Amino acid sequence: MAEDGRSALPIIYCDVCTFPPEYCEFGGTLQKCKTWLKVEHPDLYDKLYSEDALAKATEGLSLEKQEKVEREIQKLQAKEANRAEKELKKKLSSKVVVKRVERSKRKHVIAVSGVEVFGIDPKKLAKTFASKFATGASVTKNLEGKDEIVIQGDVGDEVEEYVSDLLEEKGLDGVKVERTEDKPKKKSQA
Amino acid sequence: MFKKFNAKDDIHSRTNVKSSVQRGLKLKLIEQFPKLESVIDEIIPKKGQLVVINTDRLSLYAMDNEVLFYQHFDDPFVPSLKLIHKFADCFPSVTVDRGAIKFILSGANIMCPGLTSKGAALPDENLPAGTVVAILAEGKETALAVGKLIMDTDEIKKINKGIGIEVGTHLGDGLWSLEIE
Repeated sequence: MAEDGRSALPIIYCDVCTFPPEYCEFGGTLQKCKTWLKVEHPDLYDKLYSEDALAKATEGLSLEKQEKVEREIQKLQAKEANRAEKELKKKLSSKVVVKRVERSKRKHVIAVSGVEVFGIDPKKLAKTFASKFATGASVTKNLEGKDEIVIQGDVGDEVEEYVSDLLEEKGLDGVKVERTEDKPKKKSQA
Repeated sequence: MFKKFNAKDDIHSRTNVKSSVQRGLKLKLIEQFPKLESVIDEIIPKKGQLVVINTDRLSLYAMDNEVLFYQHFDDPFVPSLKLIHKFADCFPSVTVDRGAIKFILSGANIMCPGLTSKGAALPDENLPAGTVVAILAEGKETALAVGKLIMDTDEIKKINKGIGIEVGTHLGDGLWSLEIE
């Protein structure tokens, strides 16, 4: 294959924003991208962000337009930073609810909800619970439409421990794991 | 087209492609993109297992968990951006103005003026409407989007009004961030 130049071209993607490095400015994380690029691929960094490269890129635009473009880029970055902050806050403020529900006089089930927010796959977690506690576990949708892991048996304490450990591993140890009891008394409802 | 697209909700099924069908696909691809012929065996090796993932209206063709190209109903095949990055010369391309980059990356279609203004470039020979083209940007080496021509390139140059290219997928959209298990 003569023209193998193409298949030999290793395309580098920025680790921070997953774009090709020349498009990092549109990803909203330009500062982080630049620092990453400087460390990983200093030659590319020079090519893209050196003095003359910047001058060349903006020579087509008039002065006002240049300023406008700069302002817009800054706005984008600020927006992205805010968004990331809000997400983090949301993560810290939401909690995992471990609910103990009565199935019959002697038997209970544990319903674990609010796991998705932290990037944990409920199905995988259910499987882990099932093998760990040697009991049945499944994922269902609860009344609010959120995913809930239902574990058979009264394993609330172990679940709480396990979940807090799991969150710690992920680095989210500020999160609360709340224990509640659900006692639906059907006979007393009219 | 991939603005809201994630693996969990939109994927309905995935099936392996029969080798006879796989052969047919390769031929169709070469028909659509003649320059692919020399590298087609690198992209889809003979022994490789092509997987077709079905969603509501789209079929995604993937190999080794990487989407190679997709198809909307029975329209022409559209290569994924990552494929175009690897084999840039095999696909026809157009260049857009720098100012249009921002809009394309948020999913907009490309208007004719973005293709005929100072920083942009259209190929000299006419590309008929319906051709799938890679969209490059002024001053950038890698493609930023893939789209389908709504008008012939000659018409775009002449009329210079209205939508020129319908953008199918761009950097950072659902298809770009898709992770297949």
